[in-house]
Amino acid sequence: MTGPTTASLATILQPKWWTARARLREGRGTRGPKAIILGTVGALFWVLVFGVLYRVLSYFRGVEEIGPLLAGKLLGLVLLAFLSILLLSNVITALSSFFLARDLDLLASSPVDWLQLYLAKLGETLLHSSWMVALASVPIFAAYGVSYHGGWFFPLVTVSVFVPLLVIPTVIGTAVTLLLVNVFPARRTRDLLSIVAIAAAGMLVLAFRMIRPEQLARPEGFQNLLDFITLLQTPTSPLLPSDWATDAVMGYLVGPFDPLPILLLWSTAAAFVVLGAMLHSVLYATGFTKAQEGAERFVKGWIWRAVFDPMFRWLSVARREFIIKDLKLFFRDTTQWSQLILLGVLVMIYLVNIRSLPLFRGEVVPFRLVSVVSFLNLGLAGFVLASIAARFIFPSISLEGRQMWLLRSSPLNLRALIWSKYWIGTVPLLALALIITVLTNLLLKATPFMMAVGVGTIILLTLAIGALALAFGAFFPQFATENAAQIPTSFGGLVFMMSTIALIAGVIVLEATPVYAYVSAVFADRPVEVTPRMVLSFAGVVVLCLSATFIPLRLGLRRMEQFEF
Amino acid sequence: MIHLHGLTKRYGKFVAVDAIDLHVPRGELFGFLGPNGAGKTTTLRIIAGIMRPSAGRVTLGGDDVVANPMAAKQRLGFIPDRPFVYEKLTGAEFLRFVAGLYGQAGDIVERRLDELLDLWELTRWKDELIESYSHGMRQKIIISSALIHRPEVIVVDEPMVGLDPKAARTLKRLFREFVDRGGTVLMSTHTLEVAQAMCDRIAIIQRGTIIAHGTMDELRARNASGSASLEDLFLKLTGGEAVRELAAVLEG
Repeated sequence: MTGPTTASLATILQPKWWTARARLREGRGTRGPKAIILGTVGALFWVLVFGVLYRVLSYFRGVEEIGPLLAGKLLGLVLLAFLSILLLSNVITALSSFFLARDLDLLASSPVDWLQLYLAKLGETLLHSSWMVALASVPIFAAYGVSYHGGWFFPLVTVSVFVPLLVIPTVIGTAVTLLLVNVFPARRTRDLLSIVAIAAAGMLVLAFRMIRPEQLARPEGFQNLLDFITLLQTPTSPLLPSDWATDAVMGYLVGPFDPLPILLLWSTAAAFVVLGAMLHSVLYATGFTKAQEGAERFVKGWIWRAVFDPMFRWLSVARREFIIKDLKLFFRDTTQWSQLILLGVLVMIYLVNIRSLPLFRGEVVPFRLVSVVSFLNLGLAGFVLASIAARFIFPSISLEGRQMWLLRSSPLNLRALIWSKYWIGTVPLLALALIITVLTNLLLKATPFMMAVGVGTIILLTLAIGALALAFGAFFPQFATENAAQIPTSFGGLVFMMSTIALIAGVIVLEATPVYAYVSAVFADRPVEVTPRMVLSFAGVVVLCLSATFIPLRLGLRRMEQFEF
Repeated sequence: MIHLHGLTKRYGKFVAVDAIDLHVPRGELFGFLGPNGAGKTTTLRIIAGIMRPSAGRVTLGGDDVVANPMAAKQRLGFIPDRPFVYEKLTGAEFLRFVAGLYGQAGDIVERRLDELLDLWELTRWKDELIESYSHGMRQKIIISSALIHRPEVIVVDEPMVGLDPKAARTLKRLFREFVDRGGTVLMSTHTLEVAQAMCDRIAIIQRGTIIAHGTMDELRARNASGSASLEDLFLKLTGGEAVRELAAVLEG
């Protein structure tokens, strides 16, 4: 009789590996165009990041003495940002992989050693939460390597620095989640975490904005050069792994190279894994048990009825119930409504950015500049609205997926469904669009003409963006995804963003001519002439936006009629 | 009431449902049986208007499900095998929402909702989010949702899964009463004892084709099976009689 055998780490990881392989195989035949688009967008992103950073670094190289310091400071900031993002995303990912994943019942009921389970799940968490950051870091390190002639060994140095930098936040994030789950039930923890994560992300962005990174590039703002150099030489904190990583990379590139930071990174990562495993062995069993306890939640439904029933009384019963249902689901799902916090931060930053333009430094503001900023602001506002639509409107069809059996077997008209979804998403988007545009133009003290162009265009653009988001949501549904926050980052979300950017560019190109004519006339003190070309351009914008509203909605409806479940 | 004419569903080269013809008249409880993957669920989902057939047509009370879906679906209550519902609605809100899809609202719905929740002993949970319901409670809510608008036809896929014995008995009585009052039920199930005890007529489907249909007596007579049970008949017809050597599996 042999002793009990336990599953090895390789056995536990096998299904994940097989699943990935099967997905790859599936993709090989059918998803060719998808891969090409994704590859192109990815490559473009890399080239863009690389190009911008390479130029910045070339500029730094030209600055004597403080050049390498500036480059090091920039790298330190980027890595610190990465570390914060990783920490947050690991906390959230660990909750699903360690406590809510569907394979846990099987693993928990099999003779799997706790340490193997910990390592397997830690690896899974690391992979899921870090792949995006890892990909984003490639052009950054490449720019440093190329700028400072890092040579063939530089990638090796980078990998040896970056791997422990991924492991450390994974272990910390996992440990935080483990502690939280031991205190709160898993569902409550998930709700709590999504709020904390979103609020933290918002704070991070806000804090970054408040630091005013643009000042770093303007040494004249500091009292004397010495202050500036002292600031650059101070590490953010000598205890931060991101600083060790910066020291190692910059040491290798500009010398003198010191292996101590790399040793520090690896030994800390190893020690953290051991400590994490110890914590896991003590707390995991209780945490996992708690994670399975359901949270009883009674709801005061009458408030909703009292508020929304009269508001939507003019609609047919089916539409009214559908809209009220969508509103309830949105505000009861923490992963969805908590994104409103981020939205608030985004709008604040947007307005702060406009406020901090050089226009407001007490100098005489040239009229031409104000008009150009006010006009180009349309593009920026459009982009912000597109990102919001990607978050809130794009996922709405996908979220209906599992319940589609009910909608399709009932006499609810699909046209009513798509229009209800359209208005429920577009009306708040429109309100936001108007707030952003009107406030910005007021801040810029734009002329009534520019205000009218801005408001008119943003209304048309918003109507189109809402329709495109819904239609692309129907063309690229993610019925299997349970977390609404993951849907916008799918392939369909990318295609939606690309199409919307093309639309915004089209509108700006069309309007550029009449706006230029107007600005030139006012600047030269000539009366503004309404030429046929001006009328035609604005008419073109109207036709383009309305086509981008009705055609996608019609196609989306047709696509939904073909859904099979 | 339910008519299938040459109903076919293909997935690429694979034929899931192969030119089925079937008629279930008003006031009948019809059992739809078959081994796993035989095409039962696909057929029921086409009848419910969730999937489109590759060929053939379905009519409910004379209305074509594809050509005139609104009228056909007004008559229908569908109970799927996988109860996915809106987790963030309460039981009562879900039923109110479903009634709304059929254009019904107000006191009538509230009364009906209370009756149904009371029948399934869910009144205590009516204001709790469905995300905390057990599998059986979800099944009860879905059965209630199929009845909330007083349908003429119920199409139901594996209704007994997850129900406790008391709820299972309630459901059997409910279907019988519904049929006795002129309603029509098309039910797919693997619980052959239930099918034998409840159904007026039965069809057995295999590889997308109906291989036998009729009353229990007709099925027995056609297969020269004396007083065989439905389970024996089913295994005989679907080729599952050759039971594997269990000893080989158990001893190893």
